[in-house]
Amino acid sequence: MSASSLRSLPGLASLAAAAMGVALVLALVVAPEDADQGISQRIFYIHVPIALTAYFCFGLGAFKALLLLWRGDERYDLESYVAIHQGTIFGALTLITGAIWARASWGVWWTWSSNQLVLFLVLFLFYCAYFMLRYSLEEGPRRARSSAVYALFGVALIPVSFLAIRLADDFIHPTVFTRDGPQMSATMFATFCVCWFAVTFLAYVLYRVELAGKRLDADLRELREVLQ
Amino acid sequence: MSLSQGELVAMAYAVVFVFVLAYVAIIAAKLARLQRETTELVELARKRPSTESVIGRAAEYAPIVPGEQGRAR
Repeated sequence: MSASSLRSLPGLASLAAAAMGVALVLALVVAPEDADQGISQRIFYIHVPIALTAYFCFGLGAFKALLLLWRGDERYDLESYVAIHQGTIFGALTLITGAIWARASWGVWWTWSSNQLVLFLVLFLFYCAYFMLRYSLEEGPRRARSSAVYALFGVALIPVSFLAIRLADDFIHPTVFTRDGPQMSATMFATFCVCWFAVTFLAYVLYRVELAGKRLDADLRELREVLQ
Repeated sequence: MSLSQGELVAMAYAVVFVFVLAYVAIIAAKLARLQRETTELVELARKRPSTESVIGRAAEYAPIVPGEQGRAR
């Protein structure tokens, strides 16, 4: 990671914090209250962007894994790992905020009858197992390749999880985005878009910060070996 | 325990905030460790003979003639 790239991080972090601030004000104050769900619908503005960001991070991790297998450049291994780590954090947040929303809307924290919930849990647990695989192998090209192949398998679950609600006769989980467009008012949709951008941007900044830390750690380890 | 809808909304946003805060705290702790390690390595490098003096001493024993790199006189 170049010095100029590292120098841009504080600026990007400030922008991400500002974007999150704007998103929170829009979601909690400006957006109108939903006629059906009432105030609990406001969880939608944080839950759905976080879920989409988790999918994006898992997808990015798989893309970097593909690049590793294709080009053989080991830097993609760390990039894939960090993206999947981010995806797992956002995945955990998706499950927690989803459980809270379920409690507010359905009166239960979890239901096994919703395919989308169960498939997202499967996806999350699949990527949790990625870390078990990764840390059970010794550092080196073999670990990088095995992790990359595993990450690529996981990406197949993303469209299944995303489309589960549309493929099954499941009317518990709400479907907001249909072929007729978003089923909400223009203000609500604008709020959702801002929240989505803010959460994705936050994930991008966290990805960059974590990647910079990991690379710095690796460089210092190498330097210590040279000096000792 | 029965929570109102408003409390559940506040809980959802608070969980996200706490997660991000915890993540930033972990990264900050890691950066502090990296800073300590960097200071240690700088100290370690200072205790070692400097690169220039090593090269200087090596040159005293085996000066390199331009165009004949690697061959000691």
